[in-house]
Amino acid sequence: MSSATEIRSFTMNFGPQHPAAHGVLRLVLELDGEVIQKADPHVGLLHRATEKLAESKIFNQSIGYMDRLDYVSMMCNEHAYVMAIERLLGIEVPLRAQYIRVMFDEITRILNHLMWLGAHSLDIGAMTMFLFAFREREDLMDCYEAVSGTRMHATYYRPGGVHRDLPREMPRYQASKWRSQKDADRLNEARAAGLLEFIEDFTRRFPKAVDEYETLLTDNRIWKQRTVNIGVVTPERAMQLGFTGPMLRGSGIAWDLRKKQPYDVYADLDFDIPIGVNGDCYDRYLVRIEELRQSNRIITQCVEWLKKNPGPVMVADAKVRTPRRENMKGDMESLIHHFKLMTEGYCVPEGETYAAVEAPKGEFGIYLISDGANKPYRLKCRAPGFAHLSAMEEMVRGHMLADVVAVIGTQDIVFGEIDR
Amino acid sequence: MDLIERNALALWATLPSYLRSTFWILVVTVALILSVAFTTLWERKVIGWIQLRKGPNRVGSIFGLLPGIFQPFADVIKLLVKEVVVPTRANKVLFRIAPMVTLVPAFAIWAVMPLDPSLVIADVDAGLLYVLSLTSVGVYGVILAGWASNSKYAFLGSMRSAAQIVAYEIAMGFALVGVVMAAGTLNLGDIVRAQAGGVGHWFLIWLFPLFVVYLIAGVAETNRAPFDVAEGESEIVAGFHVEYSGIAFALFFLAEYANMILISALTAVFFLGGWLSPFEGLLAADNPLAKPGFHWLFVKLFFFLTCFMWYRATFPRYRYDQIMRLGWKVLIPVTLVWIAVEALMVHFGVGPWSTP
Repeated sequence: MSSATEIRSFTMNFGPQHPAAHGVLRLVLELDGEVIQKADPHVGLLHRATEKLAESKIFNQSIGYMDRLDYVSMMCNEHAYVMAIERLLGIEVPLRAQYIRVMFDEITRILNHLMWLGAHSLDIGAMTMFLFAFREREDLMDCYEAVSGTRMHATYYRPGGVHRDLPREMPRYQASKWRSQKDADRLNEARAAGLLEFIEDFTRRFPKAVDEYETLLTDNRIWKQRTVNIGVVTPERAMQLGFTGPMLRGSGIAWDLRKKQPYDVYADLDFDIPIGVNGDCYDRYLVRIEELRQSNRIITQCVEWLKKNPGPVMVADAKVRTPRRENMKGDMESLIHHFKLMTEGYCVPEGETYAAVEAPKGEFGIYLISDGANKPYRLKCRAPGFAHLSAMEEMVRGHMLADVVAVIGTQDIVFGEIDR
Repeated sequence: MDLIERNALALWATLPSYLRSTFWILVVTVALILSVAFTTLWERKVIGWIQLRKGPNRVGSIFGLLPGIFQPFADVIKLLVKEVVVPTRANKVLFRIAPMVTLVPAFAIWAVMPLDPSLVIADVDAGLLYVLSLTSVGVYGVILAGWASNSKYAFLGSMRSAAQIVAYEIAMGFALVGVVMAAGTLNLGDIVRAQAGGVGHWFLIWLFPLFVVYLIAGVAETNRAPFDVAEGESEIVAGFHVEYSGIAFALFFLAEYANMILISALTAVFFLGGWLSPFEGLLAADNPLAKPGFHWLFVKLFFFLTCFMWYRATFPRYRYDQIMRLGWKVLIPVTLVWIAVEALMVHFGVGPWSTP
């Protein structure tokens, strides 16, 4: 026997079936005791070929696929896609539609951040947060449902505007064997009027809810021990790694497409961009919490504007918008037009463009090449999560196993957009 | 009626003592298993209320009241009929022994638990040593389970558990040294009796830092949140019992909850005067509220048990090295300092125990 024994690190397979894998993340970890020596993320388990599928469909049929990329920030993905088409078509979206989009982008940001907050704290062990966050999330899901009929995969944005105007009536709860009339009345209180009133009521309640989340976490000593100085990324490194969104702002760089390259009506709205100082998990937590408040502020302004300014929510160009239902019933041309738009779609002029929005996770961009046909020649999604996941190894090396889940949480990983 | 009762008592007294203790062992064990079952339900209910949910309310009800009351039985039946999967290349003997090694000490400790002024199954003079030794045996089950499973997650869980128990046994032991110093005995019944004379005599007041240390160490000892790194759901899936299924898993579950009840009861005995009434000395001696009895122990136990659930619903989980730091660098020094303070108090006759 030789005196020198070979020491091999402990290799562990983390995921894809793991409670903290956020879907289908597979990490191959090499551990020394509990300290991470190497972390090798594997991607591709949720690959659905969205980009390739888009090449064989008319433009409008791919909007629904965009929802399913980052499946917790649905409308933001749609926004980037429809914006790319609008740029190639060269159409101007009506102002009211722009406000509606911005409002729903921010609702989506809150949806996403609430999901992140719940999942992140569940990973770190504070399980009550998850259900607290879902209480508010439920209300916003109802807003999704009111405008689009579905709670998650809305397919609400269209090139040229949005599918339809905001409903003047909210769906209401009914008393049943399981829900007393009193409970139903309490739930219906905010639903007495239209969607805008419901959202307005939400924006009044929401800051108090955020305070409640913060009492549980922000000054909690265990929470701080688990997040401060974990997964530190310097500003220089964050830029080199291609970080965007809260991951970049957490490191102290005030980069936000809503401010730097304003799209739609963001330039007219009043909001602040929170940034972190140390670039650790705790700073990114604070940044996202503040974004919840800022999004709430933007929604308030949008609601105010939308209440005062009725108007069209879709371009008038009949080559892009479908004819109204009532016209279709009696007007032959409208019926033909509808049929043509639904089957053949519209042709987009030859060219290429890149449209990016500030999605809750970072810069979500669509690179679109059209050869003048009714389908994209090539579509490429720029998913923020992919760049963040690539930095996993760098962020967790030297930390302990328990910190890996904290870093996965702070990166706000969703595999829908990474694997596409 | 009085005659029958007296005759029955006389008959009971003629029975050999081993039969009498067997009877009490049966009573305590069955009561304990039932309380464990309902503790799981209570936990789910309490955490449900904290988390804006209703908790289990489907299985059974008694005349429309207490919906969900039979949930624990449904769970047990489900777990009993499930297959116990033994992983390939697992150490089959150790794999099967491990749950029992965890469970047996959790029940055996109740032998020396003073439940009532007169009721204790075994009135052992070194009761506290017995308690300490058996709680340490319990962790072997966890280590064996992690080792025998042939799984990396389970292995990590048992390694964490081993390190954690070593750190917290010491803190717990030191906290109890303070109790022994104050009571002057290792017999649990006498420890309770040493606290007689009203709330002011409870060790909770005189040994408050030790009480806090004992409670924290107790939570860590039972592997409950925020110290549940040994099974850390989101890190190592289920830790040491990741490979266990069916009734083998249920035994671990049973042991965890039995330990929770045990630690709650021990905290009450060591620091809150066990079965003594909190109104002793405040109300007239013949007032029913001032009389000692099992119900007072139950109230105190129930309070601590509910606290366990409250912690679980509120706190994030500590990281493994942070638990070590808390154990070695905070809890142990606190106990050492307070034992020194207590020695001075005893020496200078401060406190209720100074006059024998």
